Amino acid sequence: MFNAITHSQIFVLDQDEALDFYVGKLGLEVAADVDMGFMRWLAVSVPGHPERQILLERPGAPAMSEETAEQVRELVTKGATGGWLIFTTEDCRKTYETLLGLGVEFTEEPTERPYGIDCGLRDPFGNRIRFTQLKD
Amino acid sequence: MSRAAEETNRLMLRARDAMDRAYAQPLDVPALARIAHVSEAHFSRTFRATFGETPHRYLQRRRVERAMFLLRESGRSVTEICFEVGFGSPGTFSRTFHDIVGRSPRTYRKEAAATVVPTCFTMAWTRPST
Repeated sequence: MFNAITHSQIFVLDQDEALDFYVGKLGLEVAADVDMGFMRWLAVSVPGHPERQILLERPGAPAMSEETAEQVRELVTKGATGGWLIFTTEDCRKTYETLLGLGVEFTEEPTERPYGIDCGLRDPFGNRIRFTQLKD
Repeated sequence: MSRAAEETNRLMLRARDAMDRAYAQPLDVPALARIAHVSEAHFSRTFRATFGETPHRYLQRRRVERAMFLLRESGRSVTEICFEVGFGSPGTFSRTFHDIVGRSPRTYRKEAAATVVPTCFTMAWTRPST
């Protein structure tokens, strides 16, 4: 059966802005950025881990009608799409301070949990992101 | 759906996130309207149009959800929990809790079982829906 998860997807409303955020602020790297004509295949990954990529997909025609794309955009900006990404980090508080300094919008400060320390933030569009410093 | 409406959604989401993050603080409409960069007059109406309930009701349900969490998973007293989640008096807390959950905090504590999923999920999924 299956061996691995290689690609996941979230909707972003602007791929250039997504690149600024996911690469410029969160420090991910571009795994693929290909203009296919009908769409721009833009995928990012944790540095050194190209085996697991996140496709940053812009909702729009011709994959869906303009009307449906508008509905997706509305849901994204309400924070109501899936759009969950959870990362692990070596040092949650340090990463939090770094990202806060870059103007990242947090939804939750670093908090102690039974499984480690984690916190939450939003991307510029409304998607939810968390990162966790797991207990040993 | 215009781009302006998307921007409004994001501003309302920012105010809702502030309630999730700082539920224990006295977040009134002026404070939330400042976070959302809109006038006080427009804030409650726009929030309700966006999320289907008033900001006051959202905040109450968030506080009750956090109280449910603490009742389930901590040994703190009901009075301590009342103030910890942002209610001003035990009377208001018990009344609001009962309105929303249908049981008193003490009864809820006796009947509830601890959950094992990550807290971010319980915040989103166990918040009472009525």
